[in-house]
Amino acid sequence: MSKGSDFDLAIQAKQLSRRFGDLKAIDRLDLNVQKCRIYGFLGPNGCGKTTAIRMLTGLLKPSSGEIQVLGLSLPKDAEKLRLRMGYMTQRFSLYNDLTVKENLQFIAKIYGLAGKKQTRRISELLSTYGLDQKKQQLAGSMSGGQRQRLSLAAATLHKPELLFLDEPTSAVDPENRREFWEQLFDLCDQGTSILVSTHYMDEAERCHKLAILEDGAKRADGTPDELMSNMAAQVVEIEADGLRQLKQRLIALPDVITAAQLGSRLRVLVKNTVHEPLVFLQHNTKLEADKLNIVRPSLEDVFITCTGGGRQ
Amino acid sequence: MMRSLYRIQAIFFKELVQLKRDKMTFGMVVMIPLVQLMLFGYAINTNVRHIPVALVDHSQTAISRVLVQTVEATQVVTVTQKYFDLKSAQAALEQAQVRAILIIPHDVSQRLARHRSVGFGLPASSDEETSRPIAQWLVDGSDTMIAAAIKGLKNMPLAELLSKPANRGTPTFEVTLFYNPEQRTAVNIVPGLLGIILTMTMIMFTSGAIVREREQGNMEMLITTPIRSIELMLGKIIPYIFIGLIQVFIILSLGYFVFNVPINGGLGALFSVTLLFIAASLTLGLVISTIATNQLQSMQMTIFVLLPSILLSGFMFPYEGMPKAAQYIAEILPATHYMRLIRGVILRDVGFTDMMPDIYWLIIFTAAGLTIASLRFKKNLD
Ligand SMILES: Nc1ncnc2c1ncn2[C@@H]1O[C@H](COP(=O)(O)OP(=O)(O)OP(=O)(O)O)[C@@H](O)[C@H]1O
Ligand SMILES: [Mg+2]
Repeated sequence: MSKGSDFDLAIQAKQLSRRFGDLKAIDRLDLNVQKCRIYGFLGPNGCGKTTAIRMLTGLLKPSSGEIQVLGLSLPKDAEKLRLRMGYMTQRFSLYNDLTVKENLQFIAKIYGLAGKKQTRRISELLSTYGLDQKKQQLAGSMSGGQRQRLSLAAATLHKPELLFLDEPTSAVDPENRREFWEQLFDLCDQGTSILVSTHYMDEAERCHKLAILEDGAKRADGTPDELMSNMAAQVVEIEADGLRQLKQRLIALPDVITAAQLGSRLRVLVKNTVHEPLVFLQHNTKLEADKLNIVRPSLEDVFITCTGGGRQ
Repeated sequence: MMRSLYRIQAIFFKELVQLKRDKMTFGMVVMIPLVQLMLFGYAINTNVRHIPVALVDHSQTAISRVLVQTVEATQVVTVTQKYFDLKSAQAALEQAQVRAILIIPHDVSQRLARHRSVGFGLPASSDEETSRPIAQWLVDGSDTMIAAAIKGLKNMPLAELLSKPANRGTPTFEVTLFYNPEQRTAVNIVPGLLGIILTMTMIMFTSGAIVREREQGNMEMLITTPIRSIELMLGKIIPYIFIGLIQVFIILSLGYFVFNVPINGGLGALFSVTLLFIAASLTLGLVISTIATNQLQSMQMTIFVLLPSILLSGFMFPYEGMPKAAQYIAEILPATHYMRLIRGVILRDVGFTDMMPDIYWLIIFTAAGLTIASLRFKKNLD
């Protein structure tokens, strides 16, 4: 990484670690997040996504390591960062017993937005996030997806340069999730840097760049395409009968990372150390050649390869 | 500075809206003082009356019946059971049907004739030996208040028994009661209850209000905003100052109109010392909120403070009568100081100079509490 590009970095973390007692929640994490990009954290439950975000927002002190966010070093300058960043927590953290509008007004006041400016900004947000009809409704009585849109509205109210979103779409249906991402790209287009955590593959695939986390450590990072082409395995799809038995037989082989059934096909990940995966599998399955095909890897394949498979 | 005020005001209004929506808490603000005052104003009565007693009358004469009437006329006791033998009376005492037994001996008339209390003057041979007690009380001594009330009958004059003017003799001391001449308990209870109710609600509301934010996850959002801890604290406690004042208003007007508790001191003094006490209690609530992690814990800690405030502050028992160690503990509690101040203002109209030590303590307590709370409250999740 050249010196000049450091200015383009929204977040930079070096050897970031955090322990809770004996548990290493985050283990020597290196991160470089570019400005005006959407960066994803992809990882299973408990891998440390929230912990990492909390350290990057200055809410938790790292056990060791360095963090630079928007040129400020954390946790020392955490207070200075507050005005420049927005954070949407994993759990809904606005007030259930206030209405949509009251919640937004409260946040606006906390950020020092008053009078006409406040009114204008709030009505802008209400229409952007489709909350116009709901503005008098109590936040607690809204659906999960509506609440998440309200959270996003609140997190972006003061037009932060950097936005942290912790599993923002965990309660959102696929259609609304698409719309939610459209809004993220709009924000990104307006110059906001975004860090988003998720355990959905389709979401991760939308990110400009992403890091795959497991057990607090980064297993791989890069653009989705890079990750797929640099994958340490090849994907072979097998069409045959008796797939359940076949699967059992294949995953017993040390060179097969995993095998997953997709309808009438079996998707097998074979390690790159095997030079001719088709020949290798043909030999092991005793099937005709036209039943086996090499296919393009998906992000899920990357994820499974990186995180050691087994987890299904 | 302006921004700071603006943020405090944001928290303040948010808190009011939430309070308005929380019907239960809002109701408690009004109902706690109302119900407690009506309950304790009538119920707590240190003048014990109408204790149920059993009568064992061995003489069964007109004079014994008049004697019983005279004793009942004091209103201290009421004869609820009559027995012919002591055994069954004692059984009733054991079963707590009665608290005492009055035994009238068969020779009650002779005893009466010789007794001083009847007022015939002493018999010629003025020897104590010749006059004996007229009757006997057997008392269940487990409740000291009841026992003391009946002990008080030990030397009751019986002159009315024979419609003769009393000859009480000259007392050693003449006692004149200032401030509460009719000895009505409510006069002392109402100002005291003010301190107790404020201690309870103020500590509970503030500690609960902040712990709730943490429990419901709002804190994680709040601490990522530019708000400062002291702003958050102030914004949180100011609404409860008003609530405290509403409660004070309810208690004092009820005390005045229902229990005739006069307010002898100035309203300005009353207002200032009450405000100070509210502030002290609120900061104590804040400190608790920085220690407790959930509402149950904050409730337990509130009670931990509340009990000594009730028992040691001088609300229940006179401060002067307590052992030294208890007095030291009591001195720490804001309620003790408020109890002195408020009784002073309401009942005696004391001057400011006499109140200074207690006022200073409340100020120190508030400042220390606010400092500790702001230092302990950290804007992170560690
Ligand atoms: N305050 C804490 N005290 C102790 N352990 C913690 C604490 N916070 C997190 N952990 C542990 O750290 C690990 C990482 O937790 P974290 O919440 O960061 O996971 P996550 O990736 O956000 O999971 P999810 O997808 O379920 O939100 C977990 O094993 C968790 O138990
Ligand atoms: Mg999480």
